[in-house]
Amino acid sequence: MRTLVCVKRVPMTGGRMVVTDDGQALETRHLGFTISPHEECGVEEAVRLAEAHGGETVALTLGPPEAEEQLRDALALGLDRAVHLVTDGEEWDSQATAAAIVDAIRADEAEAGPFDLVVFGNESADSGGYQVGIRVAHALGRPCVTGLKGIAVEEGSARCEQEVPGGRDVYRVPLPAVVTVKEGLNLPRYPSVPGRMRAKQKPVAASSPTRPQPRLAKVRLVVPEGQAKQAELLGHGPEAAPRVVEVLERLGVA
Amino acid sequence: MSVLAVVERTADGVDELSLQALALARGLAGDEPVEALAVGRDGGELAAVLGEHGVSTLHVAEHEAFDAYAPVAVARAAVELVGRLGSRAVVAAGSERGNEVLAHVAAMLDQPLAANCVEASAGEPLRVTRVRWGGSLLEEAELNGAPALLTVAPHAVSAEPTGAAAAAVEAFAPELSEADLLVRVVEQQQTAAGGVSLADAKVVVSGGRGAGSAEGFTAIEELAALLGGAVGCSRAVTMAGWRPHTDQVGQTGTKISPDVYIPCGISGATQHMAGCRGAKAILAINEDPEAPILASADYAVIGDLHAIVPAIVAELRKARGS
Ligand SMILES: Cc1cc2nc3c(=O)[nH]c(=O)nc-3n(C[C@H](O)[C@H](O)[C@H](O)COP(=O)(O)OP(=O)(O)OC[C@H]3O[C@@H](n4cnc5c(N)ncnc54)[C@H](O)[C@@H]3O)c2cc1C
Ligand SMILES: Nc1ncnc2c1ncn2[C@@H]1O[C@H](COP(=O)(O)O)[C@@H](O)[C@H]1O
Repeated sequence: MRTLVCVKRVPMTGGRMVVTDDGQALETRHLGFTISPHEECGVEEAVRLAEAHGGETVALTLGPPEAEEQLRDALALGLDRAVHLVTDGEEWDSQATAAAIVDAIRADEAEAGPFDLVVFGNESADSGGYQVGIRVAHALGRPCVTGLKGIAVEEGSARCEQEVPGGRDVYRVPLPAVVTVKEGLNLPRYPSVPGRMRAKQKPVAASSPTRPQPRLAKVRLVVPEGQAKQAELLGHGPEAAPRVVEVLERLGVA
Repeated sequence: MSVLAVVERTADGVDELSLQALALARGLAGDEPVEALAVGRDGGELAAVLGEHGVSTLHVAEHEAFDAYAPVAVARAAVELVGRLGSRAVVAAGSERGNEVLAHVAAMLDQPLAANCVEASAGEPLRVTRVRWGGSLLEEAELNGAPALLTVAPHAVSAEPTGAAAAAVEAFAPELSEADLLVRVVEQQQTAAGGVSLADAKVVVSGGRGAGSAEGFTAIEELAALLGGAVGCSRAVTMAGWRPHTDQVGQTGTKISPDVYIPCGISGATQHMAGCRGAKAILAINEDPEAPILASADYAVIGDLHAIVPAIVAELRKARGS
């Protein structure tokens, strides 16, 4: 069983979004970086599939040189090797991202054989395009099931579960397949110290694709206004309880 | 520009988010018609409501594949229709399924897709504003697609009936290949309905890292129960294993829209707030008077939640004489 997981480096923005003066990016100077919780669950699922079925697991990212940090994090959790499509830091739209990932998958599969499963997040944390996985699936001619909260691989097929109001929808698709997953699929493990040490030695293959003109072309980013409020202070500590109850009554819920 | 809207059906009509998408579609279409695609049988029952929301013709794709949800098949029907009608734009709701179907359309036509738009204006190229980071950031962008493909962010545009007459209804049998039918729902599992669902609750009481442990949720659960509400939590809590992910409020959790939201020991990270922007009022309990959550709250109590929440529970019981 061979599994590929695609992850994207994004800033941990904390309590406030701040846009750079040119409106083209978030101000990230004082921020740490991570990948989407959906993708973290994708990494965890790949590790579990390899533990259960054996086989190779690979992480892939398209991002700036610093995104190697996110690949090493994934390797620390147990993936075997990584592919880094290195950019100059400029953002790629979802369509161009998908095309570059397709090229990289084809090249890798030509060397190492087909991936049974290619795993994406349901949507990227920062852009929320809801499409890269589906585009890659079409280009490769493979089925794609989205937004998964459960995956079971059995005898050349995957049983996939999606959460919907009132229950779960179940799909069954033949492998090779593409899946997009959501947080809640599993509870990702924390990296161990030996895991981190081993990750430093694992191979990361880098190449630099050329960025095409974006067809969904960003003009500028804007922080939505009208959110900031001046909270009415009801008090300090347990003595505030009577006023809290008053407010709840006024709001019609107590 | 002529617009095709892919609409989602409910048991007895059209999904509210699709009606919102139609409002944006009408703005884009200007003087040209908005046509709609629905899949399944008996589209006639949708003619009145779709007409009222500005649809001139409803095309009903009839195929046994549509007895269960089959996203690729829906997209294939849409692509066939776009070819026949020459639609200049295709619009759907920014729901799970709307985004999924339009991504398939985008892949089939090799066109860009702008997901979760809050605004769109016709022109060459089309100009859109779409949400990023689950709604914490907006992107203004040019959409260079033919047709232009976009979905409409939930609750960004309000559905406005125009009072127009019922839509004409035309049924067609889309040409579907076996590959189009590979991905479809083969089984539906019902989960036992237990208590108030987080997404629909009128009151949500959430705990964050400040709750300290799974046991730290006892008073939070009591308060939620007394108010007839649901318990929520932050991602710090689900990551610690104190609560299941189904309780998580936020960008990668559940989006809630209660009358009152009571976050206890939650700092107010943008990804958490992305899940509770629909709350009518927020009453935050936090020991840090500088916590970012206070900038989004209507009411605040400063101090230790482990003392404050039980005191509120006691006060409520007293008020009710129990
Ligand atoms: C892409 C992405 C998606 C994410 N999605 C989500 C999501 O869906 N939902 C989500 O919640 N987070 C999400 N996060 C994580 C988010 O960024 C924050 O890390 C998380 O919300 C922090 O949880 P918290 O507020 O409980 O913890 P902290 O940020 O640690 O805050 C704890 C708060 O509790 C207060 N406190 C501590 N002790 C007490 C006490 N005894 N009494 C009262 N107050 C006390 C502190 O003052 C502090 O304000 C996401 C992050 C990323 C990068
Ligand atoms: N730059 C990237 N590098 C690797 N994977 C990506 C990248 N951008 C998006 N993806 C993957 O595609 C998923 C969906 O992205 P999107 O269509 O932008 O919402 C993400 O959750 C990732 O798994």
